[in-house]
Amino acid sequence: MLDILLPILLFAALAVAALGAWRRVRLWRRGRASQVSVFRGLIAMPRRYLVDLHHVVARDKVMANTHVATAGGFVAALGLAIVVHGLGLAEGVLGWLLLAASATMFAGSLFVVRRRRNPPARLSKGPWMRLPKSLMAFSLGIFVVTLPAVGVLPADAGGWLVALVLAAVVAWGLAELVVGMTWGGPMKHAFAGALHLAFHRRPERFSDTQHGGSPPTGLKALDLDDAEAPLGVGQPSDFTWNQLLGFDACVQCGRCEAVCPAFAAGQPLNPKKLIQDMVVGMAGGSDAQYAGSPYPSPERGDQPVGEHQGSPHGPIVAPASTKDGKALVDAETLWSCTTCRACVEECPMMIEHVDAIVDMRRHLTLEEGATPGKGAEVIDNLIATDNPGGFDPGGRLNWAADLELPLMADVERAEVLLWLGDGVFDMRNQRTLRALVKVLRAADVDFAVLGNEERDSGDVARRLGDEATFQSLARRNIATLSQYRFDCVVTCDPHSFHVLKNEYGAFYPEGQEAGYPVWHHSTFINQLIEAGRLRLAPGQAARVTYHDPCYLGRYNGEYEAPRAVLQALGVELVEMQRSGYRSRCCGGGGGAPVTDIPGKQRIPDMRMGDVRETQAEQVVVGCPQCTAMFEGVVPPAGDEEVAVKDIAEMVAAALDTTPAATSSAPRDTSTAQATEEVMS
Amino acid sequence: MQPESAMTPGLEVTVLVSVGRHPLTGRARRADQDARGVELARSLANAQVRLLHAGMRDESSEAALRGYLGMGFTELSLLEQPEGADVLPALAEALDAMSPHLVIAGERAERGEGSGLLPYLLAERLGWPLVSGLAAVESVEEGMATLLQALPRGQRRRLKVRLPVIVTVDDAAPAPRQSAYGPARRGAFETAAGPVSDDEQWAAWQVQPARQRPKRLKIVKAASARDRFKAAAAKAEGGSGQVLTDVTPTQGAEAILTLLREEDVLR
Repeated sequence: MLDILLPILLFAALAVAALGAWRRVRLWRRGRASQVSVFRGLIAMPRRYLVDLHHVVARDKVMANTHVATAGGFVAALGLAIVVHGLGLAEGVLGWLLLAASATMFAGSLFVVRRRRNPPARLSKGPWMRLPKSLMAFSLGIFVVTLPAVGVLPADAGGWLVALVLAAVVAWGLAELVVGMTWGGPMKHAFAGALHLAFHRRPERFSDTQHGGSPPTGLKALDLDDAEAPLGVGQPSDFTWNQLLGFDACVQCGRCEAVCPAFAAGQPLNPKKLIQDMVVGMAGGSDAQYAGSPYPSPERGDQPVGEHQGSPHGPIVAPASTKDGKALVDAETLWSCTTCRACVEECPMMIEHVDAIVDMRRHLTLEEGATPGKGAEVIDNLIATDNPGGFDPGGRLNWAADLELPLMADVERAEVLLWLGDGVFDMRNQRTLRALVKVLRAADVDFAVLGNEERDSGDVARRLGDEATFQSLARRNIATLSQYRFDCVVTCDPHSFHVLKNEYGAFYPEGQEAGYPVWHHSTFINQLIEAGRLRLAPGQAARVTYHDPCYLGRYNGEYEAPRAVLQALGVELVEMQRSGYRSRCCGGGGGAPVTDIPGKQRIPDMRMGDVRETQAEQVVVGCPQCTAMFEGVVPPAGDEEVAVKDIAEMVAAALDTTPAATSSAPRDTSTAQATEEVMS
Repeated sequence: MQPESAMTPGLEVTVLVSVGRHPLTGRARRADQDARGVELARSLANAQVRLLHAGMRDESSEAALRGYLGMGFTELSLLEQPEGADVLPALAEALDAMSPHLVIAGERAERGEGSGLLPYLLAERLGWPLVSGLAAVESVEEGMATLLQALPRGQRRRLKVRLPVIVTVDDAAPAPRQSAYGPARRGAFETAAGPVSDDEQWAAWQVQPARQRPKRLKIVKAASARDRFKAAAAKAEGGSGQVLTDVTPTQGAEAILTLLREEDVLR
C-alpha cells in the first residue's frame, strides 16, 4: 500500500510546492526592476551557500553543524526519496543512501529540538516551535518507510494500519518541509534564501566576484535625473524585486536583534521585526502573526504586535497628516538605526537591512520632508554652508592658524592629500587633527590640505536620506579633488573615508575615475611605522582598549592596522568582549545623534560599560564621532573617568623627541587653560 | 491646492515669498521669515494657500523659490520682473485681481533694498489694514481674523481685524517645516507678466556690504563654571536708562544727543 501512497504523496507535495513557488515569485515581482545576471547567479549559488553563507553560520559552531546535518540530510533525503519512492528505483545503494541521509537529518533534528527546549529570546516562536517536530516526522517517516525498500523489513510489515500511520507522518513532514517552503512556513527561508543568494542585489558581496579586496558597502545611488523614478521607498512595491526576495529569505534567527545597538538601548527598532514587517507589507496584512521580540517602546516597554498593517501599494510610514495613524512601521523605527551594519554582518541570509532603512529614509526626507529632530536643520546647513553645523565655510582652517598647513591651491601636488573633515569645527577633534599633523610632520610626509575648498563629504546627508544634497556635495568635492595631483587621500574620519573610498566612485563624470587610494589615518600611520619613517619611543605603560569604528571596521574591513600601531607603541591592549567585526556601535553614526530617537538608555553609555569591563585606563578610537559620543558619557558614581584618545594622539605622544627628530614639530598649544572668557 | 478647499470656498490666503540670502555664505535660499509665513498659512484650517513672488527668474532664484514649493505646493505664481524693478505696482495689481482674504509677508527681505516697507506700501495702495510682527493667526471667522502679535520679551497682543488684511510675520512665528526635494522638483511656476516700473533711484544707488556693527563685549572674569553660567544666564541689566514723559521735542532731542555723545557714537 505504501508503494502506491508514497509516490502520490511525494508528487502531490512537489506539485503544490510548485504552485506556491509561482505565487511567491509573483509577490516578489511586485517590486521594481533590478538588473541581475540570472544564469551566472544560479551557477554561483551553491558556492555562495557553501562558502559565504556558511562563513557566517559557522560563527556558531553547534548551530552550523546542526544545520549541515539537518539541511544536508534533508536535501539528500528528499532527492533520494523521489528516486527511491517516487520512481520506485530502490536497487543497490540508493536505498541505503536514503537511510543514511534521513538518519543524518534525524540526528540534526535532535539538536534542533534541544535548541528549541529553552530558546534564547532572539529566536522567533510561533510556527518555528513546531519545526523540530516536523523535521523529526519527515526524517523518521522516510527512514522507516525505506527499511522495507532495502529489504531489512518485509514489504508488508505491520499491515495497512501501520502503513497509514507512516504515510500520515511522511505527509506531515512533506507538508512542512516541501509545501511549507513555498507557502510561507518556516522552511520558506530555504526556497527564498537560495534564490536570494543567486539574485542578490549586491553580488559583489560574494567571494565568487571581484571587488578588489574591500567589502562593498557603499550605498546605491538614486537616479535623480530620472523624474519618474521614485525618490526612495514609500511603499513596499518601491523596493526592487530582489530586495523583497531578500526580506522573504529571513530565517528569524534574531542574530541581528542580538547585536543591534538601538534594540539594546530600548529604541523602537528590531532589525528582525523590521524585515518581517516588510514581508507583511509585500504580501499585505497585519503583523499580528509575528512571534519574535517586538520593537521596544520607551513608554510601553514593548510595542504590541497587531497594531500595524500594510499592503504592497500602501504607505510604509503613515503620512504626517494622519497624526495618530499607523501604517506598516513607525518613522521612529527607521530613524533609530545608526547604520552600524552589525545586523548585516551577522545575517546568515545576507539580508541588507541598512540599504532598506536608508531607502525608506530617502522617501521620508525627499518626499515627505519629515527628517526628525535636528535633521532638517543639519540638512539646511549642509545646503547653505557645506557643513552640518552651519559654520562659516571660510573658517575651516581657523584651528590651524599657527600650523601653516600647506594648501593644495598653492602647492597643487603633494604626496598626501589630508582630508580634514567637519571635525575642523569641533574643538575636541581639532586636538586630534593637531596630533595627526604633528605625526605627519615627524615622518616628513609631503602633505597638503584643501582648506576652505573642502566641503562635508555628504555622509550624514546621505544616511539621513537626503540623496540630493549628498550628490551635490559629492560632485562639488570631486570637481575640487580633480584639480589637484596627489598619491593618496588620508583622513582621520572613517565616515569621510568610507564615502570618499566607496561612494564617490559613482559620481565621477564619464571618462574619469577616482585614481587614488584613500586611507584612514590608522592605516597610513601603520604604513609609516612599517616603512621606518616614524621614530617612536615606546614605553607608555598604559592599559588600553581599542574601539573599532563601524565605518572603519565593518564597512571597510580594517581591524589590523590600528592594533598594529598600538603594538608598535608598546601599550598593553585588552580587547573588549565585542570587538573586531562584532564591535558595538558608539551611537554616533547614521545621523542618530541628530535625529535623537529616545530609548531606555543611551548607546554610548552601553559601549563605555563595555570599556569599563576591561578595566582599561584609556579607550583608543579612530573616529571623531566615537570620540564625541564617548566623551559625552558620564561615568557611574565612584568610577574613574576613562580617557578617550584618538590613535593619532597616542602616536603623537609617543614620538621620539630626541633632538634628531624634532626640528619641525609644532608646539602643542591645546593644554593652555582658558580662565578668562569673552561672551557677547 | 489642498483637496478639502475644493469643496468649500475657504479662506483665500496669498503668501508673498522672496528669494532669501544666507547670512554667512550669501547663497540664495528660501527667506526665513517668508518661510515662517508659508508655515503659518499651512497651519490655517480650510485655507486655500497661494504663493506669489515678483522678481527676476534665474537659476539661483529658481532654486530658492523651489524651497517654498518643497513645503508641499504644486505651483507658485511668478510675476516676472527685470532686475532692479520696483515690484510694488506689479504686486498691488496682482493682489487686487486675486483679492485674497489674507496676505502674509515677511518683515523685510533678506536681499535687495530690505527696507521692510513693501507691506506698508502695499497696504496703503490697496487700502487694507496691516498688522506687523505676527506670531500666530488664532482664528478666522465671519470676515474677522483674531491675530496674535509678538512683542518684545515674549509678550503677545491679541488683535481682531476685519478681512482683507496684510500681515507680516515675526521671528516668533512657528519655524517652517522642512522643504522636501521631491515636491520642490515637481512644483511648477505659473508665470505672468506684470506691469514693470523701473526703480530709477535704486539704479543710481551704490550697494556695498554692511559694516559689522561693533558689539559691546561683556568681559567675565570667572573662576568657576558656575560663575560663568551665572554670568551667561543673567538678565541684561538696564538701570542706566531713563524714561522721559511730557517733554518737548527739543528736550527729547537733546536727551538723545547727550546719550549719543556719552556712547561715543557722535563726537
